[in-house]
Amino acid sequence: MCCPGCAAAAQVIEQAGLGAYYRFREAPGQNPEDLSPAEPGSLEVFDHPALSEDFVQIGGDGEHRATLALEGINCAACAWLVEQHLGRQPGVRSVAVNLASHRAQISWSGERVRLSELLRAVAQIGYRAHPYRPDQQEQLLAVQTRAALRRLGVAGLGTMQVMMFAVALYAGAFEGIEQKYRDLLRWVSFIVATPVVFYAARPFFGSAWRDIVRLQPGMDVPVALAIGSAYLASGWATLRHGGEVYFESVCMFTFFLTLGRFLEMRARQHADHSTRTLLRCAPHSAVRLTRSGEEVVPVRTLRPGDRILVRPGATIPADGRLLEGRSSVDESMLTGESSPHAKAVGDSVMGGTSNVESPIVVRVSRTGADSALSTIVRLLDRGQAEKPAAVSLADRVARYFVAGVLVLAAGVAMLWWSVSPDRAFWITLSVLVATCPCALALATPAALASATTGLARRGLLVTRGHVLESLTRVTHVVFDKTGTLTEGKLVLTKCTTLRDVGTERALTLARSLERRSEHPIARAFRTAGRSDAAGECEVTAVRADPNQGLEAMVGGRRHRIGRPDYVTALAQPGETPKPPSEEGLWILLGDDRGPLAWFQLEDRVRPEARAVVETLRGEGIAVALLSGDPSAFVARLADRLGIEVAIAAATPEDKLQHVRALQQGGAVVAMLGDGVNDAPVLSTATVSLAMASSTDLAMTSADAVLLRDDLSLLLDARSWAARAHRVIRQNLTWAVLYNLTMLPLAALGYVAPYAAALGMSLSSLLVTLNSLRLSRDPRTGGRSP
Amino acid sequence: MSIVLVLIPLGILLVAAAAWAFLWAVNHDQFDDLESPAYRILFDDDEPPPSDPPAPGEDS
Repeated sequence: MCCPGCAAAAQVIEQAGLGAYYRFREAPGQNPEDLSPAEPGSLEVFDHPALSEDFVQIGGDGEHRATLALEGINCAACAWLVEQHLGRQPGVRSVAVNLASHRAQISWSGERVRLSELLRAVAQIGYRAHPYRPDQQEQLLAVQTRAALRRLGVAGLGTMQVMMFAVALYAGAFEGIEQKYRDLLRWVSFIVATPVVFYAARPFFGSAWRDIVRLQPGMDVPVALAIGSAYLASGWATLRHGGEVYFESVCMFTFFLTLGRFLEMRARQHADHSTRTLLRCAPHSAVRLTRSGEEVVPVRTLRPGDRILVRPGATIPADGRLLEGRSSVDESMLTGESSPHAKAVGDSVMGGTSNVESPIVVRVSRTGADSALSTIVRLLDRGQAEKPAAVSLADRVARYFVAGVLVLAAGVAMLWWSVSPDRAFWITLSVLVATCPCALALATPAALASATTGLARRGLLVTRGHVLESLTRVTHVVFDKTGTLTEGKLVLTKCTTLRDVGTERALTLARSLERRSEHPIARAFRTAGRSDAAGECEVTAVRADPNQGLEAMVGGRRHRIGRPDYVTALAQPGETPKPPSEEGLWILLGDDRGPLAWFQLEDRVRPEARAVVETLRGEGIAVALLSGDPSAFVARLADRLGIEVAIAAATPEDKLQHVRALQQGGAVVAMLGDGVNDAPVLSTATVSLAMASSTDLAMTSADAVLLRDDLSLLLDARSWAARAHRVIRQNLTWAVLYNLTMLPLAALGYVAPYAAALGMSLSSLLVTLNSLRLSRDPRTGGRSP
Repeated sequence: MSIVLVLIPLGILLVAAAAWAFLWAVNHDQFDDLESPAYRILFDDDEPPPSDPPAPGEDS
């Protein structure tokens, strides 16, 4: 137990008979300090009609329904706990927690319980719930996934059935079969294949048509052509009682392709779910000051000119100017700068940043679409629009292949027309069917799906298809300092005492002074030297001086901790001592008799960062560091890790310029970032990766998300991409070779129908099996955990 | 051999039934969450709360 609160929560869980949580949980829950504190009154705001109509659907007999996005759900035990706890609240009719999407569907009777009470019930057991409304894009994706699933089912069932008839037809072809039975089997195959072609394969026709209209034939053109022509030819043969039928090939081909696309879509949806949820959960409530006092209102109702109160630890809901109070504001979300900014009356503050030290009153100047956060989102959209298009290898091959096949088929048709007009139609069709790009079409998606699954198991979520192909061509890797190369929080690294106090005593004093502060510096002390049993000393009359430090009475003496000049000012005017070294951030502790001890704080470098940079450079990749942080720390960090290019104090625009300049020089840039300010540049980079701890905006604009905070995943991804690239090449080579061999034979009219169908299936099977090798982890030799 | 005239339509009927069942399942959210139900079965829904600890000074 980390605190009495946890103990209380555990007690609540036990007493409610929910102790099974502890048996089934797979990972310890999140620490309370990882979750941002809920502001008092912030939950009641959801009962406000203006907000609740967005989230709550009201059915007949007072039934209310809503979707909640849950924070802190780690495993099935958490989901179960939330479900049970909510289910036992009075008035709740049903709860279902979806483990994959971290959402809860809840319905309750509006007269007996309010939404805010339910949210509080969730908060009581240590999770956070936000009412959630899926945005349009997500709803669209859900509809598409469902349609794809239906198509897959139809294609699968149809394929099984038609294959059964095909076995009978094959047997008949070898052993002899009466004409009427053969025709019957053909007719039923025709009937079953029809919904497969017209329903399941419809997307292929649609996108092939778009490709043709734009004169940019992609992979879907030969696919649609093969499905369409094989189906029509078989239908023709059935009607005319002659020729050959290929219904089983049509169905199987459709099924395999639909399956591949479905898996790809599913992976994308999963990634979307995990990144999108919190983006929609921007601060909902604000404390507005009116003549009659404070009131909690939805952010949407704020107007320019309103006065709002922002408590320490809370997010500033809108852009504005400081009216009262002094505090420091953490702008790292917008600018990437690691240390908070001091703000005094008259300074402007931006919505989306968080207030660190003391309560402030802000006059709202801009809200909604005009705010700074929205500007960054616009920058992001622009970046996405200008991103260099990654043309996949398969598309390039397809372009030539399609043109080639069409020209050849036309040539064959004309030749045979002049030689023997009655055979021309069948031979032209057999050319199209024999060169059916089954394996060619499967080559890339199968390999990519397989590699994506393998990588996801290792902890890298690929959200866009081109990532694996682009990663192999990367020439530059650009890091954003904050949170990518470092752990992103200050850690106490050294303590040097100046007078006759012990290190333990100095640490205890510092910890006691900093105990109540929410400042990042204070957090560093909270964990420092906790092992000692000395405990903490009595501290009274604490005062925080923003951007200076803290002052308090300890044991009857005035103590200060913070900036050196601030601390020495407490004693007799004297020299401000020099910090022991230049590195890191030095904090001084002193009392009214003079300085007591120096503390060195540092943002610790990730342990694997050095090795990752070295490996990348060993592979001939240029590594650069672009940071919004203006301090000398950037250069020092680059130096220590062996990074050649380091640019400090870079604005989002600067980063964008830098990456664009590299790209214009022909570089393929991979960018690793985590902040909102990184979002525009992430979307411009050819390949962009975001860390798991990233802000949600960064995640949505990234092509891939590192699920574990481990930079070496970048190297894993590269080696995987290289393997995927090899496999795709093998697949494409095989498919093209196979089709090229079949082409002259078919053109000359030598291809037996079984041989064509069998060859096609075997060729596809080979490609699929070859691709499956990619889901295995090369190091363990088997499936990764 | 004419038995196929019965069996084949029967087979098609069965496939149609299977397709209908599948589409019904998709439309009724049966494929929306493939993860949680697998765990849900492991939990007892109605574990009785442990009897309240006797309050101090109160004899049963």
